[in-house]
Amino acid sequence: MTLKIAVCVKYVPDATGDRGFADDLTVDRDDVDGLLSELDEYAVEQALRISEEADDAEVTVVTVGPDDAKDALRKALSMGADKAVHVNDDSIHGSDVIGTSAILAKALEKTGFDLIVCGMASTDGTMGVLPALLAERLNLPQATLLSEVSVEGGPTGTVKGRRDGDAASEQLEAPLPAVVSVTDQSGEARYPSFKGIMAAKKKPVEELDLDDLGIDADEVGLAGSWTLVESADARPARTQGTIVTDEGDGGKQLAAFLSAQKFI
Amino acid sequence: MAEILVLVDHADGAVRKPALELLTLARRIGEPSAVVLGAGEAAASVAAKAGEYGAATVYVVDGPEFDEQLVVPKVDALTQIAKDKGVAAVLVTSSGEGKEVAARVALRLGSGLITDAVELEAGANGPVATQSVFAASYQVKSAVSHGVPVITVKPNSAAPEAAPAAGAVENASVAFTGNAAKVVSRTPRVSTGRPELTESAIVVSGGRGVGAAEGFAVVEKLADSLGAAVGASRAAVDAGWYPHSNQVGQTGKQVSPQLYVAAGISGAIQHRAGMQTSKTIVAVNKDAEAPIFDLVDYGVVGDLFEVLPQLTDEIGAR
Ligand SMILES: Cc1cc2nc3c(=O)[nH]c(=O)nc-3n(C[C@H](O)[C@H](O)[C@H](O)COP(=O)(O)OP(=O)(O)OC[C@H]3O[C@@H](n4cnc5c(N)ncnc54)[C@H](O)[C@@H]3O)c2cc1C
Ligand SMILES: Cc1cc2nc3c(=O)[nH]c(=O)nc-3n(C[C@H](O)[C@H](O)[C@H](O)COP(=O)(O)OP(=O)(O)OC[C@H]3O[C@@H](n4cnc5c(N)ncnc54)[C@H](O)[C@@H]3O)c2cc1C
Repeated sequence: MTLKIAVCVKYVPDATGDRGFADDLTVDRDDVDGLLSELDEYAVEQALRISEEADDAEVTVVTVGPDDAKDALRKALSMGADKAVHVNDDSIHGSDVIGTSAILAKALEKTGFDLIVCGMASTDGTMGVLPALLAERLNLPQATLLSEVSVEGGPTGTVKGRRDGDAASEQLEAPLPAVVSVTDQSGEARYPSFKGIMAAKKKPVEELDLDDLGIDADEVGLAGSWTLVESADARPARTQGTIVTDEGDGGKQLAAFLSAQKFI
Repeated sequence: MAEILVLVDHADGAVRKPALELLTLARRIGEPSAVVLGAGEAAASVAAKAGEYGAATVYVVDGPEFDEQLVVPKVDALTQIAKDKGVAAVLVTSSGEGKEVAARVALRLGSGLITDAVELEAGANGPVATQSVFAASYQVKSAVSHGVPVITVKPNSAAPEAAPAAGAVENASVAFTGNAAKVVSRTPRVSTGRPELTESAIVVSGGRGVGAAEGFAVVEKLADSLGAAVGASRAAVDAGWYPHSNQVGQTGKQVSPQLYVAAGISGAIQHRAGMQTSKTIVAVNKDAEAPIFDLVDYGVVGDLFEVLPQLTDEIGAR
């Protein structure tokens, strides 16, 4: 039986660009390039490794995002995923995490899965909660923030992994179907090969809108959000303070500064 | 007054500092009550401490479930108490697990969720949270517009202030729902005796410039002279020179101490995302062009193996 792996990937503004907010206080997507959230590359990588270990497996990447989000799907397909699902609908603009998780959960149900793999957090919202919300909505066990993950026994088998928390390192186990998220400690993501990039162009991308998922437009988007952003202000950039060049007494000068600041 | 439910994190019977910060912040928006989960025999001392910091009531739930299953038992407990008591808000510490617990509680309560708040104030329509986003380049203020606000707050967002309250202990029984990943084994982190990274008032971090695992000795010596926690950049962690649990940055710990010292760290955006909210920033780097110098209050262009030991000696001599 085919092990069906769904990977959730997010399209985000480039963190090295000048990120900011549009007039409606949603993320400004026009003035900065977007890309596949770097932390989701680790999710794609682990999904591909699990699929390579399995007798028979299929990897589908799923995104909720605007037109350009296709770039994120293409990147994942060029890494080696088999097919993609793109949920795209103007009414989704401005959804909070509760709304986003509702859309993704419906899309995943429609796509079908034995295992859902997510990144540990997006690089823009950085909430790190979406995998837990999917587990809650789909009534699945969550094995999240894993720095090591493996699947045994195919579609009706078990997912195992290691979660390195603040207080302890835990070995986790859950029966499939389940939701996992992986950290950037899980293993370097592969680069797409030239062959992979060419092959990706021919791989199927299924387009879905809210109607296809049976979701009312007013349940999601800015209007359907359960949180409200009141203001977003650029912080004044930190101004550079004193810079000295060490000429044998750099440590002493630093000590004088720290003493003046009452740290020592 | 409106009851604000605070999940009190504890370790081996000791309340973690961020929980005291939450109790302090909760008093700005209502009357705090505390939830203490799975503390076993140490529950009494945890409850007493919560009372000292303003908890009128302390709900205690114990059971093996908290250790045996991931996240879900905590969600079960918090949701049921929040519903039974009709609380006005739920506050949880922003840790990896804390955020996951909060998220599922929010969904079960039919509520909006705000994560990683660094400030909390009372507003006309419930609590208003401040978030520091896009690697601390923006300040966002937001509120929950639907349901009982569920908000996670970053450590070091407020100074804990004692405010003795009744701290009346109420044992709560919870129906556990299951369907969670099983915790097969647990290896507790060995304590270094140094302060917790996210809770420490001073953090000294080393990066690739430290050159080797042994090189971290100069970073640790400086940290110990300041009573500081030790951090590391991802480059140093990836090289295997320091444990991942000490990584500062986007995918490591987010710290916001009074003083942050970056030694041999260039200041990549992902590192800055974890330390840019520090009150005072100091850097030591050989390269005068390193981007970290754009952020510093005081920077020394020099070799960290010269500057750090001299600084440590100076501190020792004072
Ligand atoms: C700066 C900022 C702050 C925000 N704060 C809040 C807030 O406090 N409360 C709130 O409700 N909303 C908030 N949002 C909105 C929220 O980020 C989005 O709704 C988002 O789609 C889900 O949250 P996340 O990106 O933080 O996901 P995370 O929970 O960090 O993402 C974890 C994983 O979930 C998957 N994933 C996330 N989004 C998608 C997607 N669209 N498509 C496919 N997979 C996905 C990926 O695998 C990702 O690695 C914020 C957004 C920004 C930009
Ligand atoms: C998705 C993603 C997530 C990431 N998350 C994180 C994160 O959480 N934390 C993080 O730190 N990084 C993170 N990174 C990595 C980040 O991009 C940088 O690669 C990393 O921060 C660089 O570490 P560094 O500053 O120690 O090394 P480098 O950039 O190599 O800088 C080393 C510095 O040391 C200086 N130096 C060398 N020798 C000496 C000496 N003897 N004395 C003084 N100075 C010296 C050099 O001049 C240089 O400036 C992430 C990257 C990605 C893609």
